[in-house]
Amino acid sequence: MAETVLTNPGQSPARLEGWRGIAADWASDQRAFKNVSWGKAMMWIFLLSDTFIFSCFLLSYMTARMSTTVPWPNPSEVFALNIGGNHIPLILIAIMTFVLISSSGTMAMAVNFGYRRDRVRTAILMLVTAAFGATFVGMQAFEWTKLIMEGVRPWGNPWGAPQFGASFFMITGFHGTHVTIGVIFLIAIARKVLRGDFDVERRGFFTSRKGYYEIVEIMGLYWHFVDLVWVFIFAFFYLW
Amino acid sequence: MVDIPYEGIRSIPPAEVPDVELYHPRSWWTRYVFSQDAKVIAIQYSLTASAIGLVALVLSWLMRLQLGFPGTFSFIDANQYLQFITMHGMIMVIYLLTALFLGGFGNYLIPLMVGARDMVFPYVNMLSYWVYLLAVLVLASTFFVPGGPTGAGWTLYPPQAILSGTPGQDWGIILMMSSLILFIIGFTMGGLNYVVTVLQARTRGMTLMRLPLTVWGIFTATVMALLAFPALFVASVMLLLDRLLGTSFFMPSLVEMGTLSKYGGGSPLLFQHLFWFFGHPEVYIVALPAFGIVSDLISTHARKNIFGYRMMVWAIVAIGALSFVVWAHHMYVSGMFPQFGYFFATTTLIIAIPTAIKVYNWVLTLWRGDIHLTVPMLFALGFIITFVNGGLTGLFLGNVVVDVPLSDTMFVVAHFHMVMGVAPIMVVLGAIYHWYPKVTGRMLNDALGKFHFWVTFLGAYLIFFPMHYLGLLGVPRRYFELGDTTFIPSSAHSLNAFISVVALTVGFSQMVFLFNLAWSLFKGEASGGNPWRATTLEWQTPETPPGHGNWGKELPVVYRWAYDYSVPGAAEDFIPQNQPPRATQLIQGAAS
Repeated sequence: MAETVLTNPGQSPARLEGWRGIAADWASDQRAFKNVSWGKAMMWIFLLSDTFIFSCFLLSYMTARMSTTVPWPNPSEVFALNIGGNHIPLILIAIMTFVLISSSGTMAMAVNFGYRRDRVRTAILMLVTAAFGATFVGMQAFEWTKLIMEGVRPWGNPWGAPQFGASFFMITGFHGTHVTIGVIFLIAIARKVLRGDFDVERRGFFTSRKGYYEIVEIMGLYWHFVDLVWVFIFAFFYLW
Repeated sequence: MVDIPYEGIRSIPPAEVPDVELYHPRSWWTRYVFSQDAKVIAIQYSLTASAIGLVALVLSWLMRLQLGFPGTFSFIDANQYLQFITMHGMIMVIYLLTALFLGGFGNYLIPLMVGARDMVFPYVNMLSYWVYLLAVLVLASTFFVPGGPTGAGWTLYPPQAILSGTPGQDWGIILMMSSLILFIIGFTMGGLNYVVTVLQARTRGMTLMRLPLTVWGIFTATVMALLAFPALFVASVMLLLDRLLGTSFFMPSLVEMGTLSKYGGGSPLLFQHLFWFFGHPEVYIVALPAFGIVSDLISTHARKNIFGYRMMVWAIVAIGALSFVVWAHHMYVSGMFPQFGYFFATTTLIIAIPTAIKVYNWVLTLWRGDIHLTVPMLFALGFIITFVNGGLTGLFLGNVVVDVPLSDTMFVVAHFHMVMGVAPIMVVLGAIYHWYPKVTGRMLNDALGKFHFWVTFLGAYLIFFPMHYLGLLGVPRRYFELGDTTFIPSSAHSLNAFISVVALTVGFSQMVFLFNLAWSLFKGEASGGNPWRATTLEWQTPETPPGHGNWGKELPVVYRWAYDYSVPGAAEDFIPQNQPPRATQLIQGAAS
């Protein structure tokens, strides 16, 4: 779809107050959300659906953790590393969280440069974001390896409730998949930006539609969402 | 886009979004197979759903043969019976009804009814169908793997769903879960399209409060599906992990075939909560499109505006919202904290209010209408009666104290078949008779249609009314055979045989309908663009069947709501939504 046009607000009749006004705005002509493109609306609704998926995963994990009769392994101990002779709890998770939240910063900058149609800077910042994301997934792979070496399996672990390993691999695995998909799309879109597809309105290979710089912002929505989900996983899995 | 002069009507603002450029197919393959046109995708969805639905129909015949004449048919054993139950239920609810209402009718009607050229993202829409087809193929493949399909019951409750002893424990359950996950992925791609098309791609003048109720029903159901399917997705993933990796999300420690199983510490109740958080909204995901479509059928064929349009819309939205807080009424006997029952019984009974609003409004729409007893109208009337019947038995099952003795009896089977089996299928059939002329340009045969209606309608009652009685006697559901009991009188067995005979007759008579569909495609009477003299936009397309892009050069402009039937003073008894006020012919002498 083409870029959206600002509706002229002077044209509309007298506005209604309160709930009736809200209902009238939603129900208004042609578009419920003015100045929101199809792609952006679709991403928001997808993220709402995805929120329900992660909520169900986290609620199921909490149910398992609260109802198990066997002690739950202490996350501070399990996720501790020995660095230079010092025993530091949760250090790797702290670094991973820092990396992922930094990537949200670079993503926001990429969106900003995208709206200025600054081809090169947008692409570079997207690639930096992708690199942060890949680093995150890499550290996650390291963490998985370490736990597997220590004997953690989906069906059991040396320290307590078997649901610990099951929930850990499932939830971080599902989140890591989201990050990986995000990295792939970041690279794909960065390539399009760098090649100037959105400046010459080149048509997509599959869809034969023109692309716009707005796709950077839509990509950003997804990326920030994946970061936000990590904050909840961090709080409920590692800090609890 | 060409600017249409609209006679100085201030309420029709200029187009907010430039007209889209469509993907134009370049070959036979991209036109008919890998098509990005919502209308072709709709037909693909409908045919696939109907094909797998026919498999489920045949499974129900096999079950009825066994129930009616136990011990007669050596080719049905107890394991197969459980597999038939499971596959029949799962296919009918998810792969037939959900796919047909949302993927089939949604794809065909949403762009046409809101005045769009296509769905907003046709490529994603195409992917949605192909992933759905893959899900159906994976499901169908379970009939051919070692051990056959899963026999866990369509609710797939662990622990028995994945333990040895349950048929299909090897491959069936794994493929069933995989198929569900694929279905949800495919549906999400389509569902996002439907929602965004309704919200953001309407034509000029089409406010939400001018949408036909069909679109309201499908739209609300799609939003619900996008929020309810995640729970099933999560439950499927976790059950798959329990089966494949030996995790114990849902599995308590128990003895399996005489030995202590490897599982321990999981919660079977958790699965039931996740499943029914999806499962109850699913009932309304099937029912709301039916509510919407039936409203349009009744209004069109009674030549009268729908009574209380605004309330109808709010009732749809209210039912959609309420259906997310009633799920545990499926779990009164599950062993959950018993006092939850108060809450869930209350919310369940509250749903009766918006539902009753809808039924009263349908009846009031018919009141003093110019009722044409066409085949779609007959099915619509059949729906209202059947839905009321099914709803009334729902009051029994929604109350904890009445539900507990009726749980797991044939009463439950009769109830849900009436309310979410027969009733939505009535609407599906009525809708096919109604929109077939738009899809093909030809009418279905009327005499065959009326025969089909009466056999289906009367047959459904002969099948499911006695089943309520069996349930009250205490005849359990899901039993391969009843054996010798003292509490089931021998008359119950003859009643079972009677039900089976009727069910087979009604099932075979559906072949008349299939013949009608095929015969009318070539030999049916030409319908013209608007055979029912209906107001909604899909009947106003320049071509029938609508061409690629639906509207020719210019998008329609909407001037009125969808229900201007029998407007006093107007010469015709219907005024299309896109007819400008000045173009309306008045009866001579009538004040404008």
